[in-house]
Amino acid sequence: MQTADKPYRFPDARGHFGPYGGVFVAETLIPALDELNAAYEACRNNPAFMAEFEYELKHYVGRPSPIYHARRMSDALGGAQIYLKREDLNHTGAHKVNNCIGQALVARYMGKPRVIAETGAGQHGVATATVAARYGMECVVYMGAEDVKRQAANVYRMKLLGAKVVPVESGSRTLKDALNEAMRDWVTNIHNTFYIIGTVAGPHPYPMMVRDFQAVIGKECLVQMPEMTGRQPDCVIACVGGGSNAMGIFHPYIDVAGVRLIGVEAYGEGLESGRHAASLTGGTPGVLHGNRTYLLQSDDGQIIETHSISAGLDYPGVGPEHAWLKDSDRAEYVGVTDEEALAAFHNLCHLEGIIPALESSHALAYAAKLAPTLPRDKILLVNLSGRGDKDMHTVAEKSGIQF
Amino acid sequence: MSRIQTVFQSLQASGRRALIPFITAGDPAPELTVPLMHALVDGGADIIELGVPFSDPMADGPTIQRASERALLNGMSLRKVLALVSDFRATNSDTPVVLMGYANPIEAMGVDRFVAAAGAAGVDGALVVDYPPEECEAFARALKAGGMDPIFLLAPTSTEQRIREVATIGSGYIYYVSLKGVTGSGALDFNDVAARMPQIRQGVGMPVGVGFGIRDAESARRIGEVADAVVIGSRIIEEIENSPRDQAVARVKNFVEGVRAALDQIQGAPR
Repeated sequence: MQTADKPYRFPDARGHFGPYGGVFVAETLIPALDELNAAYEACRNNPAFMAEFEYELKHYVGRPSPIYHARRMSDALGGAQIYLKREDLNHTGAHKVNNCIGQALVARYMGKPRVIAETGAGQHGVATATVAARYGMECVVYMGAEDVKRQAANVYRMKLLGAKVVPVESGSRTLKDALNEAMRDWVTNIHNTFYIIGTVAGPHPYPMMVRDFQAVIGKECLVQMPEMTGRQPDCVIACVGGGSNAMGIFHPYIDVAGVRLIGVEAYGEGLESGRHAASLTGGTPGVLHGNRTYLLQSDDGQIIETHSISAGLDYPGVGPEHAWLKDSDRAEYVGVTDEEALAAFHNLCHLEGIIPALESSHALAYAAKLAPTLPRDKILLVNLSGRGDKDMHTVAEKSGIQF
Repeated sequence: MSRIQTVFQSLQASGRRALIPFITAGDPAPELTVPLMHALVDGGADIIELGVPFSDPMADGPTIQRASERALLNGMSLRKVLALVSDFRATNSDTPVVLMGYANPIEAMGVDRFVAAAGAAGVDGALVVDYPPEECEAFARALKAGGMDPIFLLAPTSTEQRIREVATIGSGYIYYVSLKGVTGSGALDFNDVAARMPQIRQGVGMPVGVGFGIRDAESARRIGEVADAVVIGSRIIEEIENSPRDQAVARVKNFVEGVRAALDQIQGAPR
């Protein structure tokens, strides 16, 4: 096993996290990525830019998000104490908006009046449409035709916010196809267009840039946990699809000794069933969407279709930094099934009066497994990355209810 | 000397341009791929670019993506593509075959195994769309050691420095992408290509093929005025798509003949 360097300093100048990450794109995109890289370097070293980012997070998003001690849930489990980082209370209802504001500000710095995005369930699309409205930018969101049908409410939300939603009919007509189509738009309209990628994947500098914008989550926790509990947590737990909420809460904790970092993947109908979305625990390394990372693929290197009850985790790859944290043993990766996530969803509703997103319910489900095995003075910090309003339809359907 | 170099030398000696058509292996059916390759040669192709289908062809437009999807539905894989090249080599030992595709199927096979298998099958070069020079130094070295050419793309936006980098790591020829966007895109700016070509050709010191956006004999001729080679992909895929299965081979040959005739009207070296 390789070990992560201390202090942790990844990626390298070309975007590599050990063997992962990098810039695996056609030549036509290289100049655009070089331009973005230079612009992002300038922005993150510019105090005025960072001050504006922080101002927007405070006054528009409502940060810092609180940490909540889920006492009834902890008592019911009878073990470690569960604390929730309340990203569900952000404007637009999830962590996604942190990154969208950051990238929209970079787009504005670069003088690009048009932003595009890919979306699966529609959360990143809604967050992008929101910030595009906020900054007066033209917005086009690519969404798989299947997802457009399944997520009508989010499609309408994006339209209300002034975005154009383009249904993608190619391939499996889901998230990965929307991503392919957004890349095609970008390569064609590079002169006026900024591509806001929603997760810590894609070619460098995206995995690093998205991580940096999401790291506000973990930075706040570093301050809030000692205030609330007198110390840092024993474990930080987050769900992993592409991995942006997990990377955001993990990254500031990488150099904090004694804190276990646990990423929870979607096992769907079970890892053995083959119908899951667990790239790290069920996949192998390969190259997709501009980076080298763990992928769900066939023996001859074709990307295979994934399954999860949570559309936000339904992606065949994962951010390259997670691949590196896995190989270097700094983070652990596990999974829970659709059924386990649903049970955790209902438990949080009943015990704490919080309706979590199905994505976040995966992290809650693993915390519920882990807590009873640990003494009551141990602390689990769970990233409650989003709220579940968007999932009413899916959960109701599972219970045999039609609206 | 490699088959690719031999082809360009003899074309240059006679003042002709290389015609490089593209088809996707396994489209519309695996059993038609080798007959289509022979038809391309009979119609006047000098080099064949053979697409290796991939589930997520990010740099391609809808036409080539559809070809990829059809090929995958037909059970095509990198291993089977190499078997088709072997079949083609049974009766053609002169026409270079360049595989064009994406990194993941190659990495899934393993670079060393791929290089050995491709060399044995009679492949002459590989263009891996999502392997820019900085990410594939080892791959390019292995390919060259196996007697094959690593072919790279250059774009209208490529800087002087990148042109030099590509020239160092690449061999065989350079594929110049004539417009921004993906394969099969619309408007091709001839003046733009003509203005850029002398700098690119001089910068790389090897033949330059131009592709993306060339749709007929006339656009091929105009590009041929300024380039060493003309690459046509999406337009041929459309010909295959729009033909009844039993006529696809004949219609592709006919289309390629038209382009060949137009290219052969060009007099002298590229301007």
